[in-house]
Amino acid sequence: MEEILKVEKLTKRYEDITVLENVSFSVKKGEVLVIVGPSGCGKSTLLRCINGLEDIQDGKVSIEGKTGMVFQSYELFPHMTVLQNLMLAPLKVQKRDKGEVMKEAEQLLERVGLSSKKNNYPRQLSGGQKQRVAIVRALIMHPEVLLFDEVTAALDPEMVREVLDVILDLATQHKTMLIVTHEMNFARAIADRVIFLEGGSIMEDTTPEEFFDAPRSERAKRFLSTFEYKKKE
Amino acid sequence: MDTRVLQEYLPIFAEAFLLTVKIGLAGVALAFVIGILGAFIRYFKLPLLSEAVKGYVELFRNTPLLVQLFFIYYGLPVMGIRISAEICGIVGLGLLGGSYMTESIRSGLEAVPVIQTESALSLGMTRSQTFLSVILPQAFSLSVPALVANVIFLLKETSVFSAISLMDLMFTAKDLIGLYYNTTESLFLLVVFYTVMLLPVSFVGSIAEKRSRFKMFGD
Repeated sequence: MEEILKVEKLTKRYEDITVLENVSFSVKKGEVLVIVGPSGCGKSTLLRCINGLEDIQDGKVSIEGKTGMVFQSYELFPHMTVLQNLMLAPLKVQKRDKGEVMKEAEQLLERVGLSSKKNNYPRQLSGGQKQRVAIVRALIMHPEVLLFDEVTAALDPEMVREVLDVILDLATQHKTMLIVTHEMNFARAIADRVIFLEGGSIMEDTTPEEFFDAPRSERAKRFLSTFEYKKKE
Repeated sequence: MDTRVLQEYLPIFAEAFLLTVKIGLAGVALAFVIGILGAFIRYFKLPLLSEAVKGYVELFRNTPLLVQLFFIYYGLPVMGIRISAEICGIVGLGLLGGSYMTESIRSGLEAVPVIQTESALSLGMTRSQTFLSVILPQAFSLSVPALVANVIFLLKETSVFSAISLMDLMFTAKDLIGLYYNTTESLFLLVVFYTVMLLPVSFVGSIAEKRSRFKMFGD
């Protein structure tokens, strides 16, 4: 299958701190790539470099088409209703027909179970609802690649599920996705491939089965062990 | 208090009131124009201009309006620039207000989190679309309380116009007291007219504050 995203020898520095070093990988159309790693390993920065929010010091990022991004803190526009949030970019950026955009927005809202909230303001929604709207807002632009930056990290546990279900649904529609997450069970369920990032470099790039059941590097083993709990004898 | 005196003074005060309102509003309007321009220059960090605006704000915020008016009214003619007392009042109020407005609008703009901009850019919006549709409306809501406070402050500051012989409310009151010693009546009317001028502003202002607050925060 064709490659839709290619990252070659990407290096990102903030002044003299190197955040990403020599990162290379590619993503095929329809593939779900999950990026895991300890805090501060450069996962979020990697996504930000891919969608152009950060300048890069070395290397190359090439994408066939546009990206869409969903943030940890939702970042809906607080002064607009749900529908206005969804329609802003399609109308302003893509200059699409208003009636057509509204129809698509309503269909997508229905798909994530939020039809009744279309005229509400973000402040009237729960965290999980906000995040589902944020996902729809990215989707409605029809991006070739979707980037998810720890989208459940700010949510209460009972709301994590509703957001992850939406992303699982997208996977069945063969959307190309890059997902940064700390939800290991979710990562395992959704990933076609897992990249383990530490200290700004890729330590493992493998299948979810191999990564979670038989990680090769010591660092990955140590990282995965932080998600296991055992009562001390 | 002598009601006959009040009746007699009423038209004189009414005329002064109109002049005060006229110059006050014109000065406030000028202050808004300067404030918006200044805040945009500072927010976008336009080279050189941004430094100039910073200097202007510090200069005008940290000197009394009276001194600024004296400078404009008595200082400029020395340099060969002659302007009427009315224009002088408007310009003085506009420049003082502009420095306050610049800071209020700028702080509103800067209070909108950077990630809101990033979120809009991620949707493919241009910098100017992002600024106009996403940042500016939020910044405005955040600035409203400060802007209302500035307008009330500026309208009250018109009372120093009397020092450059503008026949505003303050000038009229002082003049009448000096001429006829009807101190109580004059001061009474002075308070009434300032209140009549500022109550509506305060009222409209608090509605604007409530509305913008509701829009942004829902309470």
